Amino acid sequence: MMKVYLDNNATTMVDPEVKKEMDPYFTEIYGNPNSLHDFGTACHPALRKAMDQMYEAIGARDEDDIVVTSCATESNNWILKGIYYDLIKNGEKDHIVTTEVEHPSVTATCRWLEEQGVRVTYLPVNSDGIVEAHTVRDFITDKTALVSIMWANNETGAIFPIEEIAEICKEKGVLFHTDGVQAIGKIPVDVTRAGVDFMSFSAHKFHGPKGVGGLYIKGGHPLTSLLHGGEHMGGRRSGTLNVAGIVGMGKAMELATYYLKFEEQNVRRLRDKLEDAILQIPDIYSVGPRDKRTPNTLLVSVRGVEGEAMLWDLNRAGIAASTGSACASEDLEANPIMSAIGADSELAHTAVRLSLSRFTTEEEIDYTIEQFKKAVERLRSISSSYAYMPENMKKQQEEGAHHG
Amino acid sequence: MAKNDLIGGSIWEEYSQKVQDLMNNPKNQGELTEEDAKRLGGELIVADFGAESCGDAVRLYWIVDPKTDKILDAKFKSFGCGTAIASSDTMVELCKGKTVDEAVKITNIDVEKAMRDTPETPAVPPQKMHCSVMAYDVIKKAASQYKGVDMESFEDEIIVCECARVSLQTLKEVIRLNDLKTVEEVTDYTKAGAFCKSCIKPGGHEEREYYLVDILDETRKEMEAEKLKATADAQASGEEVSFNDMTLVQKIKAIDSVIDDSVRQYLIMDGGNMEVLDVKQNGQYTDIYIRYLGACSGCASSSTGTLYAIESVLKEKLDPNIRVLPI
Repeated sequence: MMKVYLDNNATTMVDPEVKKEMDPYFTEIYGNPNSLHDFGTACHPALRKAMDQMYEAIGARDEDDIVVTSCATESNNWILKGIYYDLIKNGEKDHIVTTEVEHPSVTATCRWLEEQGVRVTYLPVNSDGIVEAHTVRDFITDKTALVSIMWANNETGAIFPIEEIAEICKEKGVLFHTDGVQAIGKIPVDVTRAGVDFMSFSAHKFHGPKGVGGLYIKGGHPLTSLLHGGEHMGGRRSGTLNVAGIVGMGKAMELATYYLKFEEQNVRRLRDKLEDAILQIPDIYSVGPRDKRTPNTLLVSVRGVEGEAMLWDLNRAGIAASTGSACASEDLEANPIMSAIGADSELAHTAVRLSLSRFTTEEEIDYTIEQFKKAVERLRSISSSYAYMPENMKKQQEEGAHHG
Repeated sequence: MAKNDLIGGSIWEEYSQKVQDLMNNPKNQGELTEEDAKRLGGELIVADFGAESCGDAVRLYWIVDPKTDKILDAKFKSFGCGTAIASSDTMVELCKGKTVDEAVKITNIDVEKAMRDTPETPAVPPQKMHCSVMAYDVIKKAASQYKGVDMESFEDEIIVCECARVSLQTLKEVIRLNDLKTVEEVTDYTKAGAFCKSCIKPGGHEEREYYLVDILDETRKEMEAEKLKATADAQASGEEVSFNDMTLVQKIKAIDSVIDDSVRQYLIMDGGNMEVLDVKQNGQYTDIYIRYLGACSGCASSSTGTLYAIESVLKEKLDPNIRVLPI
């Protein structure tokens, strides 16, 4: 049976070239870069190269900081809690603006900040799944300390107008953080041109290793540290450097930029082929216009089929997909994105996300199209949404319809 | 949290083999029509429960023999996750051959137990217990249609937590008997709220008529009111009420009364007096803050002998855990 990985927005395969770069830093060059001896200094050239690769990839200037962290969750926690300590706790500011569709590492941190007395505005998204820049403007006040809005959404792939939002924040004198996790490697990311103050990212989303990420900090802006300890990362983030991880992230970022054109052309072509074929099936909808989405992402709603059931059937066929729908998660809630974009509530539990990568092949897409159709057919044959109901009972049913 | 909880697993790994097989090949999936009913000589019942907007919907078909009330054939259709499909399939299997009265006695717990591979291992993880509730509710819906009565008439008690089938009565009793103070304790004692969590508080997976937070709150208020009334009644009938069981107001009155009877006269004799400023419960201690007036203020004995005497009287007459603090 063919095995097809279409869950690249969750995590990606490490590019073999990245792994090759990392290999020497486990058993050959394993010194602590903070040590004085040769074992320690031996890894410095590779670390410097990795930093160069990262600065180059996202268009950072030498006076900016890219602080390596353990993951984007850490970066998101750091920026939000750091701003709280620096600008809010002392009473100077009291407000943060974010959106309803951020990653849990932003949303859950904001909820925690609310418990500490911070006012947080969660902006709703429009039917394309984005927040428009003018909406952001309307909610910034004199007391706003930070605006935190993702560059691209993990579920829908919707790309947010980051440059315009950055412009507004600059004009209003408010700091702007973006979670760039889903943007790097999928669309061009230039922090200087975009004008963002902070950006979080994570290596494993662009074919780098897990356990390493970063926070871009424009002009080395001061920010209270989350991790205290030794003088690592210029004293900004303590913890012995993850040498192999940093080397891998540097290489992965370089490749992510190198393959952008490929992503834009080939990955997009395969995604569009998959989308076109799936949309041929009746009563299936895709979320958000294609030209406003990352080229690898497709979120579809299959009427009459519950999302987890769809994942189950796809998995049996060897295909990995994802859903934020009810039954796959602990809390039984409908996909929040579907509610946020105002989808028909009957469709809230029917979302299936397929996310490709530069390693996805034409054969895999052909196979997925075939298996997707089969799964929809089988599950709709079981579905009550398409089942017989005698005319005389329909009315009776409607009158008594309620849940629980 | 413990070792096995730290690395999360896939909920799919917790499905029994039976659940997985039924998800892949439900045996009782399908429709029954008027023609089928005619052929079997029975009445067709089609019942819906749930809604797609809630993530679960099931349609149950029965053909019932009107003479014996026996379910001659049954089938289902389901919009739901795999466990919802498996639960519906098992529910239909359990209905077949039973009378309608017997069928309404099938609970979601029967359905879940029937899907277990071994008697002691649950067929589905806790958050999936909710799926079997749907299978059980639709039976009541079908029976109510067949008999022309309300669904509620099949319930002789109010079920607050459908997943664990815990009634309002049971919850109130357990809260009272064990003096439970938090919802977590209620869940630990009764399992209510341990599964889909909808019944804990508003805003969960589905809207409920009763929530654990409210039941706990109301029961605690009832308990508090009953305690107050009991103390007041006891006092009114001249019974001895222990200082500890008194309300704050009663405590203050009792303290004042002891001071008036046994303390104040001696202070006045020496040209002084005192007043009670505040009474605070500090853990096991009752702290009484006082202020000396007249000759007492500034008297050397006010912080030694006199204070000791006042405290001793209050301790003896009211409670050994009283502390008197002059300000």
